[in-house]
Amino acid sequence: MGAEHNIDVSYVAGLARLEIEPAAMKRLQQDMEAIVDYIEQLKELDVEGIEPTAHAMPLANVWREDVAGETFKRETMLANAPGTVDDELLKVPQVLPGEGMA
Amino acid sequence: MMNNIDIKTLTVHAAADALAAGKISATGLCQAYLDRFDAVDGKVKAFLKIDKADILSRAKAADERRAQGKALSPYDGIPVGIKDCIVTQGQTCSCASKILEPVVSPYDSTVVARLKAKGFIPMGRLNMDEFAMGSSCENSAFMKTANPWDLNCVPGGSSGGSAASVAAGEVPAALGSDTGGSIRQPAAFCGVVGLKPTYGRVSRYGLVAFASSLDQIGPMTHDVLDSAIILDSICGHDSKDCTSLPEKCDSFAELVKSVEGKDLSGMKVGLPKEYFGAEGLSPGVKAAMEKTIETIRGLGAETVEVSLPHTKYAIAVYYIIATAEASANLARFDGIRYGAREEARDLIATYFKSRGKGFGEEVQRRILLGTYVLSSGYYDAYYLRAQKVRTLIRRDFENALKQCDIILTPVTPTTAFKFGDKSDPLQMYLSDIFTIALNLSGNCGISVPAGICPETGMPVGVQFIAPALQEDKLLSAARIFELNRETKLFTPAL
Repeated sequence: MGAEHNIDVSYVAGLARLEIEPAAMKRLQQDMEAIVDYIEQLKELDVEGIEPTAHAMPLANVWREDVAGETFKRETMLANAPGTVDDELLKVPQVLPGEGMA
Repeated sequence: MMNNIDIKTLTVHAAADALAAGKISATGLCQAYLDRFDAVDGKVKAFLKIDKADILSRAKAADERRAQGKALSPYDGIPVGIKDCIVTQGQTCSCASKILEPVVSPYDSTVVARLKAKGFIPMGRLNMDEFAMGSSCENSAFMKTANPWDLNCVPGGSSGGSAASVAAGEVPAALGSDTGGSIRQPAAFCGVVGLKPTYGRVSRYGLVAFASSLDQIGPMTHDVLDSAIILDSICGHDSKDCTSLPEKCDSFAELVKSVEGKDLSGMKVGLPKEYFGAEGLSPGVKAAMEKTIETIRGLGAETVEVSLPHTKYAIAVYYIIATAEASANLARFDGIRYGAREEARDLIATYFKSRGKGFGEEVQRRILLGTYVLSSGYYDAYYLRAQKVRTLIRRDFENALKQCDIILTPVTPTTAFKFGDKSDPLQMYLSDIFTIALNLSGNCGISVPAGICPETGMPVGVQFIAPALQEDKLLSAARIFELNRETKLFTPAL
């Protein structure tokens, strides 16, 4: 049954920005197909006219005054950074692909 | 044992009494728990990390406050274990994942801040399934926690470290989080009480999000009174969580104390027929359920059969909604601002590598599934349909709870299973059948130890379910049952 879904795991992994080990790919493919087979059973139900539930409790937007509050100090936030520049900036890899940056 | 106090079974309320009577100091109490940790955690492996110096310095401060008559509450100086997805300032918060392994929290979650305000001492970082995804604690990136009742068995999950630490007597109470049963199932497996409050009762600020519309923090304790005490301490409105409810809640412990000596007469208890006819319900669990029904009838409760007709769809709905929300929530972990980074040639490649190396396989599987069900062309077929079936499940509970005050069900189909017994992910998901629907419907539920399975020698839990915001009814019924059940003590031999 699983084959009929034709889930392209590497495409989905691309959307999710996940590098999958080649060894895990086949296993994930099989698992995904089995799980999607299982969730297909929801198609038995007639849900015409049923309102979707996004939250168990009714939610309303919450407003507050636009007043500046206390924020974290820069050094506190940078303490968890994988890399920093001059202790004041986040160090990030080259953003645009290609040559010419260092 | 010290001053006739057995640390392994000591409750929060008994510890508070002992502190008030001067039978013990906060320092003595915390040192006893740390000694217990040293003696057993090598086997149980409940704690990922523990900062002994911090605990003892907080205990000393509590003793000084009490000596001056300035104790923050009767609980000043009592330790509470914290699951590794709930942040404590100055401590790591890895969610048992490699991708967050290096992260130290710059702030306290609301629940930890509120515990501290009462003088409770946050103790350690408790092991869990990575990002709370799992039912056995086997998905932790760092170690497998064992069940204190049988070290070859899992403690359940995802709050397995929390359940095991309380059952092993390393801490009198712990916080867990419950997205599809992650408090109640490990509580049942380890013979402790586990409460999932109504969605919105407890602030999620500082809880690393798994599935935001389902996640709820709750206590794991030796008895129902302790769960009420911890709930009183952590619940109530918080402006930092926009799903936090305004309802006042701070007197559950008083209520639970007031029902001691009472029975259940006048209470109508619903027994959902779909849960009792479920496939795979083991004889030991079934026997404990029957015994529980007999006990509550003996206490004057009337039982009625109710129906939750969409029960069989709950797991499918859950694994669509929870993974969809998780795929969005976990998108923020990319190795850029915090966490583990795998350097690569450019930014996009760094995302791929950091997330590929940082997340374990079950987390990757769920991110993939969530991304798939939300992807173009599938949204209506899976995600929107699941939200509609969620409405049907919610209505099931509304209808059933019109015919009764509370519902009684099993927590798990079997007692704790052995490591490696459920290697197929779908089989693992199916074991959550009795706990998942509650998170979808937003009701509150509690798992209470009910008996010992004669075949496996492992504890069995039962679940009480009440309508949203009726923790008063839930905790009262659970406490009356607990005080009258046949098996009185649930303490592993460890």
